[in-house]
Amino acid sequence: MQLAEISSVSLAFLGSGGAGVISTGELLLEAACKNGWYGLLTRSVGPQIRGGEAAAMLRLATQPVDCHADRFDLLVAVDWLNAQRFALEMPLGPRTIALCDPESGAVPEFVRAAGVRVIELPLKAMTAANPEWRPNMIALGAALRVLGLPEDAARAAIENRFGDKGAAVIVASLAAVKGGADAVESGVLPARLPAPAASGTARWRISGNQAVGLGAVRGGVRFAAAYPITPATEILEWLALNLAKVGGALVQAEDELASINMIIGGSYAGAPSITATSGPGLSLMVEGIGLATAAEVPIVVVDVMRGGPSTGIPTKSEQSDLNIALYGMHGDAPHIVVAPQSVSDCVFTAQWATYLAEAMQIPVLLLSDQFMGQAHAAIDRPADVAFVGQRRIARDIAGTYRRYSLNGPNVTAMALPGTPGGQYTADGLSHSERGTPSSAASDHRAQLDKRANKVHEFDFGDHWATLHGSGEIAVLTWGSVTGAVLEGIALARTDGIDVRVIAPRLLLPAQPERMAAALGGVRELIVIEQSHGAQFYRYLRAHYHLPRNVRVVNSAGPLPLRPGDIYRELTAERAA
Amino acid sequence: MSAEPKPAYKASDFKSDIAPIWCPGCGDYHVLLSITRALAQLGKPPEQVAIVSGIGCSSRIPAYTNCYGFHGVHGRALPIATGLKVIRPDQTVIVTTGDGDGYSIGGNHFLHACRRNLDLTMIVMDNHIYGMTKGQPSPTTEPDLDTALTPGGTGLRPFNPLVIALASGANFVARAFAGNIGQTTSIIVDAVTHPGFSFVEILSPCVTFRPDQRSWKTQVHPAPVDATDDPARAARRIMTDDGFNLGVLYRGNRQPYTPKFGGSGCDLSELEREFEL
Amino acid sequence: MSDKADAPSVSTLSDLLAVAYQIEVDAIERYKMLAEQMETHNNVELAAVFRDLARAEGIHAAEIRRLAGDVDVAALGPEVGQWMTGDSPEAADLSSAHYMMSRAEALRMALAGEERALAFFEEVVKSVEDPEARELAKQLVEEEREHVELCHQLIRRHDKPLRRLGVEDPDAPEPQG
Ligand SMILES: Cc1ncc(C[n+]2csc(CCOP(=O)(O)OP(=O)(O)O)c2C)c(N)n1
Ligand code: SF4
Ligand SMILES: [Mg+2]
Repeated sequence: MQLAEISSVSLAFLGSGGAGVISTGELLLEAACKNGWYGLLTRSVGPQIRGGEAAAMLRLATQPVDCHADRFDLLVAVDWLNAQRFALEMPLGPRTIALCDPESGAVPEFVRAAGVRVIELPLKAMTAANPEWRPNMIALGAALRVLGLPEDAARAAIENRFGDKGAAVIVASLAAVKGGADAVESGVLPARLPAPAASGTARWRISGNQAVGLGAVRGGVRFAAAYPITPATEILEWLALNLAKVGGALVQAEDELASINMIIGGSYAGAPSITATSGPGLSLMVEGIGLATAAEVPIVVVDVMRGGPSTGIPTKSEQSDLNIALYGMHGDAPHIVVAPQSVSDCVFTAQWATYLAEAMQIPVLLLSDQFMGQAHAAIDRPADVAFVGQRRIARDIAGTYRRYSLNGPNVTAMALPGTPGGQYTADGLSHSERGTPSSAASDHRAQLDKRANKVHEFDFGDHWATLHGSGEIAVLTWGSVTGAVLEGIALARTDGIDVRVIAPRLLLPAQPERMAAALGGVRELIVIEQSHGAQFYRYLRAHYHLPRNVRVVNSAGPLPLRPGDIYRELTAERAA
Repeated sequence: MSAEPKPAYKASDFKSDIAPIWCPGCGDYHVLLSITRALAQLGKPPEQVAIVSGIGCSSRIPAYTNCYGFHGVHGRALPIATGLKVIRPDQTVIVTTGDGDGYSIGGNHFLHACRRNLDLTMIVMDNHIYGMTKGQPSPTTEPDLDTALTPGGTGLRPFNPLVIALASGANFVARAFAGNIGQTTSIIVDAVTHPGFSFVEILSPCVTFRPDQRSWKTQVHPAPVDATDDPARAARRIMTDDGFNLGVLYRGNRQPYTPKFGGSGCDLSELEREFEL
Repeated sequence: MSDKADAPSVSTLSDLLAVAYQIEVDAIERYKMLAEQMETHNNVELAAVFRDLARAEGIHAAEIRRLAGDVDVAALGPEVGQWMTGDSPEAADLSSAHYMMSRAEALRMALAGEERALAFFEEVVKSVEDPEARELAKQLVEEEREHVELCHQLIRRHDKPLRRLGVEDPDAPEPQG
């Protein structure tokens, strides 16, 4: 039978703590990528530090993918303990295949209810017969066979991962993979992922958090201060290792009040500086960010958003820190807010953020989220871009140095400690041109103008947004939701519905002229975002002229939006 | 005494042209004098010194000097100084703060700066009060001080910052009195010269909200014994003294923290290698 | 506030010249600071008093320079004349200032400084062995005595009942920060 070809396959490994399903997902992603496919791996875990139920969710594809699909094609359960908790995160259907061991408990309700076809994989019996086989390696082998990949595809990945555990572990793992592959038949999936077209560009496997770290270093960052918080920690850990390679350093701070102020100190001393946090940490940093605005010290602050408010859901995604990023500062505090749209875009946006911070001597907030931050993706190597931070530095100083001079460009040359004649006191108090504290209305207004104007007159260029299509219906979205939106409108196009997508990468300052041009001819607007309070829609209302006909699709986290959700919104609109 | 070579700098070289706005009589005037004299004695040019503070009357010092300065937000002087010193270890970095700024809102940073032991000097102008906001109690205020915010007093025991500094790992601990300009100057010179984190608590009267502190000048006296390098002994002495022993009380020999910077820097493309498939 | 034990040691004529000069320089600096403080706090009258006092000390400093002849007292540097625990004797005690202080109170501050300087030089007369230095110390004692007397006269002229510092201020302090 000739199987239909599809462009992506979605599968999940499920199991309770210690079953190793997350690392199995990572091995499969690596094997599939080596085979030439692209892919996306996210994980969902229980709240336990160890031993919690876990799921590795993968989508393998013939082209880069930035979101999960609408259905899982394959479920491989190492066990079903507490699997019911994934019911909402794991859309299944009658075409889904589940591989599981009847001895590891009853198939959960959500799996049965979806009409999933269950195929037995006798893990317990196999490990009883071969005590050195691990169930997750058997599961990996089974998945490879179902996907039509040779079991050898995982060899390099396994050797890589278990290299330090000794040859016996590698041999046993490879044997288990082979055993798993032989335990299932190929062709059980109703469709087949074709071999990928050879791509000319180099490909990477990278997480969004790593990508932010890399982009920042490419943009010139050489100093970081860190207070760990899920799901941002990986950025800091990547920087700890890699800043050291490029002549930079990371310091662990005692809290976020310290980390934000440490990078202000480091940047004042001349090093392009960054910190990364999540919502609770951002709340603590806000006063410091305002100081960086007032004292005109460039910094980059990454917020990897998670469910909020308060401690919220540390391990799951939401786009609900937009308000604090835009409006969190007291006073009139110009700053920049940017948001990457995919794992790959994290490299570019972090690099650009660093460039913008240095160019305008201003704090830049980069809003990533847990979904893309912790996702591992196989992508084409992001293009090199020329954005490298260039700060205006005062070097040979003759006469009175005016750090905040009002004669000349609004971005004023900054003297670095050690420069003779450049001594000034950076101050969060309203100040004069020299930095001297002043409560005079004239100084206050002049410096407010200076700080606002340096942003207004800056040309942000085409990178301000992703623009796609030209229909009279437009979707406005942002951040990691963009991936699902782009796939959703591609589906709608097959129904003959032409939809335009506008996804601003630059959220602050607003770009009214560019947005007006992007919205030209749009009759209907759909705003799609992942926040309970429709924060993005309210932001758009505050800053832009929107068409009269606007619909808002705002769903709280943590469930990701999927292409089908977008497609249904677009087609429901037509049907109505 | 013999004629020494004329030092390169005078105290006035370290003073800016901005007139301080402290209340006349405030101890902080003395501290400013002592800092500028100490800097002159240390002999580094003003541009190689950075003075970092938070918010408070005491924290106004940076702009009154002719050094690089950072007047940050309330409580965060130490982290700013930390970032600065990490990036520019060649700079002499001095934190000037108050008992509210340094011990209360910035208390956590105080502990960790002592523990981190970066080569910084922290000068606290302790007046046992929040001067700038009109006289509320700080962590070093006596329990029975009647204030508008705490009628009848806080009823809370003040803490002992010197012992906390010792317990947290500060490498140099001294107490000074603002009015003793000469001694304060030499303690500051000593503190800046000593490697690692040096902590100098200066009793600096607030004449406006604590006029009773005018009597401090008759209460202070030199510490009867020399500094020790044993933190336990130093702590015991400090916990049993009358709070007015002046001098260097502890001089440790912990290795200062130096952050690890990579070498000259590899090619950025090397960082990509881990991602390549 | 000067502390004998920690005062700089004086054994030669040039030592004494340098110390005496530094004492005047410190006194001038302090009066200027007080004048500036009073200006900042809008007590114009007192600012003028402190400027006058600074000027008077400037005359004394010039006198010492003249006495020093070839010895460049200014070049002996700030190390000289620095009092270890206490303060330079003639320098006004900043901590007794108040922005609403009266002229008599300012003069009392000056008097205290002159008395400390007098005590200091009297001590030198007793302790120094070098005859030239002792001669100069005696001269300085005489001068300080005159200054003390002058202060007494001025105080008598300006004295009003002493008010307690800080209590008569009709305006409450303004919180900042
Ligand atoms: C976040 C924040 N909270 C409160 C204040 C108000 N505030 C300014 S200074 C200060 C206390 C300063 O006390 P201290 O450090 O002892 O300085 P002093 O004025 O006594 O020298 C307070 C509470 C502020 N500026 N910022
Ligand atoms: S309020 Fe107190 S601490 Fe502040 S300037 Fe006045 S005397 Fe000094
Ligand atoms: Mg205080």
